[in-house]
Amino acid sequence: MTTETAYRIHGATGEWEVVIGLEVHAQVTSASKLFSGASTKFGAEPNAQVSLIDAAMPGMLPVPNRECIRQAVRTGMAIDAQINAWSRFDRKNYFYADLPQGYQISQLYHPLVGEGAIDIVLDEKDPEGSTKRIGVERIHVEQDAGKLMHDQHPTMSYVDLNRCGVALMEIVSRPDMRSPAEAGAYVRKLRTILRYVGSCDGNMEEGSMRADVNVSVRKPGGELGTRTETKNVNSVRFVMATIEHEANRQVDVIEGGGRIVQETRLFDPDTGTTRSMRSKEDAHDYRYFPDPDLLPLVLDDAFLAECRASLPELPDAKLRRYETELGLSPYNAAVLTAEAETARWFEVLLAETAKRTGKPEADVAKQAGNWLMSELFGALNRLGKTLETSPVSPVQAAELLGLVGDGTISGSIAKQVFEKMLETGDAAGVIVEREGLKQTSDTGAIETAVDAVLAANADKVEQYRGGKEALFGFFVGQTMKAMQGKGNPQLVNQVVKAKLG
Amino acid sequence: MTDLTELGVAAIRDGVAAGSFTAVEVATAFNANVAAAQAALNAFIVATPDKALDAAAKTDKARAANKPLGKLGGVPIGMKDLFATAGTQTTAASHILEGFIPPYESTVSQKLWDAGAGMLGKLNLDQFAMGSSNETSYFGNVVSPWRRNDGGNASLAPGGSSGGSSSAVSARLCPAATGTDTGGSIRQPAAFTGISGIKPTYGRCSRWGIVAFASSLDQAGPMARDVRDCAIMLEAMAGFDAKDSTSLDMAVPAWEAGLSPDMRGKKVGIPREYRMDGMDADVAKSWDDGIAWLKDAGAEVVDINLPHTRYALPAYYIIAPAEASSNLARYDGVRYGLRDLPEGAGLQDMYAATRAAGFGAEVKRRILIGTYVLSAGFYDAYYTQAQKVRALIARDFEQAFQQCDVILAPTAPSAAFALGDKTADPLSMYLNDVFAVPASLAGLPAMSVPAGLNREGLPLGLQIIGRPFDEQGVLNAGLAIESRAGFTAKPERWW
Repeated sequence: MTTETAYRIHGATGEWEVVIGLEVHAQVTSASKLFSGASTKFGAEPNAQVSLIDAAMPGMLPVPNRECIRQAVRTGMAIDAQINAWSRFDRKNYFYADLPQGYQISQLYHPLVGEGAIDIVLDEKDPEGSTKRIGVERIHVEQDAGKLMHDQHPTMSYVDLNRCGVALMEIVSRPDMRSPAEAGAYVRKLRTILRYVGSCDGNMEEGSMRADVNVSVRKPGGELGTRTETKNVNSVRFVMATIEHEANRQVDVIEGGGRIVQETRLFDPDTGTTRSMRSKEDAHDYRYFPDPDLLPLVLDDAFLAECRASLPELPDAKLRRYETELGLSPYNAAVLTAEAETARWFEVLLAETAKRTGKPEADVAKQAGNWLMSELFGALNRLGKTLETSPVSPVQAAELLGLVGDGTISGSIAKQVFEKMLETGDAAGVIVEREGLKQTSDTGAIETAVDAVLAANADKVEQYRGGKEALFGFFVGQTMKAMQGKGNPQLVNQVVKAKLG
Repeated sequence: MTDLTELGVAAIRDGVAAGSFTAVEVATAFNANVAAAQAALNAFIVATPDKALDAAAKTDKARAANKPLGKLGGVPIGMKDLFATAGTQTTAASHILEGFIPPYESTVSQKLWDAGAGMLGKLNLDQFAMGSSNETSYFGNVVSPWRRNDGGNASLAPGGSSGGSSSAVSARLCPAATGTDTGGSIRQPAAFTGISGIKPTYGRCSRWGIVAFASSLDQAGPMARDVRDCAIMLEAMAGFDAKDSTSLDMAVPAWEAGLSPDMRGKKVGIPREYRMDGMDADVAKSWDDGIAWLKDAGAEVVDINLPHTRYALPAYYIIAPAEASSNLARYDGVRYGLRDLPEGAGLQDMYAATRAAGFGAEVKRRILIGTYVLSAGFYDAYYTQAQKVRALIARDFEQAFQQCDVILAPTAPSAAFALGDKTADPLSMYLNDVFAVPASLAGLPAMSVPAGLNREGLPLGLQIIGRPFDEQGVLNAGLAIESRAGFTAKPERWW
């Protein structure tokens, strides 16, 4: 820990430390809901994805969806957590119109996943800088609720039950974070892991991931203060804003002689502030008890082994491998592993390029990585696209890098070819053929071109020979220009040198 | 021609198969009985004569075409109105579900229709199966067809919660009916009306589509005139159902084929704790009769201990209401059933108004008890403690079954009481299930068979409790008693 850069609120009475814990609700990627066969697809017509179970019709019973359990177990394994082979579902009872059963099936007493941890990098710009381990207390699975719609009718509220019963993982951190930046890094890292594992798409805009933010303040190293919980914050930026606002508000209250009350708050994205939703005195008594419709969830060794075997290489391991085996810089390795999709794209590109050039992956990794990070990301940015919607596939890109690697085209021609690929969707080889962009290594043609350049610039040749050696580049450039960039740069250099000799 | 309504399940099935009579004749005869008794007994909430006739016609047609008939081909039955029946109102005898017509069929009822049974109607019950006398139904109490032999005509309770089922079977309105048993709701009404009923091992019958009362206790089972008919019905009702997570993934034994009244080599346990001070003399005597009959059938009788018996009822009245308070939260006026939306009311007001108007007093009492025992600060003292007691009771049985194969006890502490006798005192009503509740808490198969009449001329039942999954042992002991008790009494038709 770097105490000199510790985040502090500067109050009238001195410095304050912020203590943060996050409860992240992540929607489990699964075709159907946690206890019913209804679809979980986003964006359907209201109430188009509601089974009799989700609507809590009389006599309907929940049946656990093994896929949701599997995804939660894999997530737990990805953060090195204890997996509880025996867990149980509990009912959390309360009345609300978005909750047809009158209770949410959750896990209070015996969660599926126990203690684990996530390592975060404190400064993303400096992946070699210090890291911090954030404890994860537990992960349990539970049902999501439906959605009330208050804008459909002048006097009535409508309810959409499509989300009702969708599986969520509640990932509960330890109160180990001490700044908005740490909380932001934690959420980003968690999202990366979830996407790698494939257990949650991490899409915060669609509500696939949201956080309850627990914040308290104390004098540095002092006793823990009373915390508030701000519910359903749905972006990294808002999580950080919530903490920033809430910490300052708490300091103001305490320094103004007030007392922090344990309460639930809401974040208002328009003002960047939080406001009270309900205090502890008004808190529900959820009357948790084991759901008698469900047997305890018992996972056998074969199931656990399958879960473990199905885990992909995780971001931290991948980053280390990129550095040590592929020889990438820490920064490049960090960028290429930050998103599962980037790493996937990169690895296809790498494998295909190695195949085409007949070189080991380690020999082409730098070239492929640089190209992806500068050329591809640049182009996608310009076009407003992502890797998922990229007009060029990694296999197509590998063909382009292969053409550079085997000397068919030069690096500068490659940029032109790539532009054409983006425009037309054609393969690199096809474009090179069609446009006649093949690099020429024909010494005769090069000599002819050099001769013409030297003849046309007799004065400069004179100056060069008089000692102005900087002009060498000029002759090379002119030759390349005359050859429309197709001259093999190495050969052009050699010929120019020889002719001027 | 014989009165077809005097026939039981096996006789109807065999008679239809043999061509002695048609299934439509049978259905017609029972339909007539149902209609004739409705005003007096109120056993049905809805009669469905057409459904009974349709199923019967199908059986007759199959027979004419020489196609195989189902296990219950030609047998019309009554369906407790706790089972969801597609297209037919399903109410759990509560105002809150009045008019509710499910678009789905419960697993158990579907299995019965698939076996060739037809539905005579939906049987009355205690509201949400909460009660022991069928007096908590929103659709009026059921009257037992039995009367005391004192010349008076006091209306008697048919027992509960499956009171419509018991009344209808004993009055020959149907040869068999479905029941559900949470804490005695099949066995006690069977005992009160001189019929047989079995609650199988928890998990034998799927709960899918049965309106839930207390999920960890609810079990469906048949009620019929004799043990064989119960075995036939149970075979059709039982079986693994992937839609119920607590369903037993086990094959359904051929219980009817396995019936045998021979008890040689079997040990029958007599629990000391069930012989309570001040026990009804007739009940005590019928118990002694049962012991003698089973000895006569070749069984060895041993005394056993079930030391935690006296804690069973209090534990039951914590666990069952706790689960009920949560299970019944879904009746909120939002999606189906009754909605009471006072002028200008918000969501909470609607909940309050709907549930106040929709639930009966006993249901409200249990929701309140259940909510209380689960609330913060009381949970450990009540719910956790009750679960511990439940585990101890299950252990009592486990240990007892190391010494014996089945347990014999009275089904209820008394014969049927008069309607209104116990409504003012819920505790005395609850006490009626004192012998039934322990087997429910332990999830064990248990049945009641008629043992004889008391001095008032009212039926008394004997209860047989078996090991988990040993319905066969229970049925066989029941058959041994049945074949010796010679119980032929039936209520005189006064309606």
